[in-house]
Amino acid sequence: MNYMPLVRKYSLLFAFGCIYLFANAQSGSVILNLAAFENRTLQKNDTLYVVNFWATWCKPCVTELPFFEQTAQAFSQQPVKIILVSQDAKTRAVQVNEFLKKNNYTSEAFILSAGNPNVWIDKIDSNWSGTIPVTLFYKNGMKVYFHEGDYASFDELEKIIHSKL
Amino acid sequence: MQKLFLAILAVVGLTFHAVASDGYTVGSSVSDFSLKSTKEKTVSLADYKDAKGFIITFTCNHCPYAKAYEDRIIALDKKYAAKGYPVIAINPNDAVQYPEDNFDNMEIRAKEKGFSFPYLYDESQEQAKKFGAIKTPHMYVLQKDGSKLTVKYIGAIDDNWEDAAAVKEKYVEAAVDALLEGKPVAITSTKAIGCGIKWKK
Repeated sequence: MNYMPLVRKYSLLFAFGCIYLFANAQSGSVILNLAAFENRTLQKNDTLYVVNFWATWCKPCVTELPFFEQTAQAFSQQPVKIILVSQDAKTRAVQVNEFLKKNNYTSEAFILSAGNPNVWIDKIDSNWSGTIPVTLFYKNGMKVYFHEGDYASFDELEKIIHSKL
Repeated sequence: MQKLFLAILAVVGLTFHAVASDGYTVGSSVSDFSLKSTKEKTVSLADYKDAKGFIITFTCNHCPYAKAYEDRIIALDKKYAAKGYPVIAINPNDAVQYPEDNFDNMEIRAKEKGFSFPYLYDESQEQAKKFGAIKTPHMYVLQKDGSKLTVKYIGAIDDNWEDAAAVKEKYVEAAVDALLEGKPVAITSTKAIGCGIKWKK
């Protein structure tokens, strides 16, 4: 069967579909489930993944976000990757993205929407009470450090990263 | 000087530890309290002569989780107050850091939402510490036996804070239903899902 007429027929639709997806990706934060989160953080390489759970409404989180942005710059020549995981509701994807843009935060960011928190919080770390901010460090497909609470300064965060590199 | 510093550090450390992990657990006896209310002057659990128990929620005005759960807390009181398990809401947050959670705003919120239950102000944060609450909302189901109050459930309201329509497990309702039927509570504790309580600095 020759698909070309079909492709031609729907090419406009396809093009609009691409534009739609692109536009959506531009305006709202990506939403990941737990499996996608694990795929992203549990990678078999020696990059240190510094994964910070935050939310736009969480004051101590928002206060420490600049430290993570600073980390990305300070460690740009080293295998360190900052990932910001928003705990905002998935209906607030656009607001989350606007917040990041407004503050010129360029780190990788997504919203984690993983169903029953009483299941997924324990899967991420059984010691986690569930409050944010929380920062997890992953390397070689393993969690190497868990920190519940905020960081008082960039120096405090930098020291931990140095010790886990 | 260094010794003094270490001593202070130790005291601060212990205090923090006490805040973080102590408090009532399932099976604990709860002592009564008297807190300022948005409705009456003060409210104590002893005021509820006919209650079979209580659904206590540490909650607040500003937190998105608390807001998301507000209607469900109102519904809990509508469903269970008449059956002997009224809701008692307690706001433990430091209003200095979060003015949205001060007493005036509590009164406004209670009025706006038409709270059918008392909304109490734990200004000293003593009750939150006594209960071991760390989040808003943080739920405690208590059962009354004579004058004795026993903790039967601690944790989350249900399994989906974002979408009430998609809830599969209603932890608090299941606990109260079991108590009303004289059965043991199946799930006695879960992680409370909410914002951290804002402790005074």
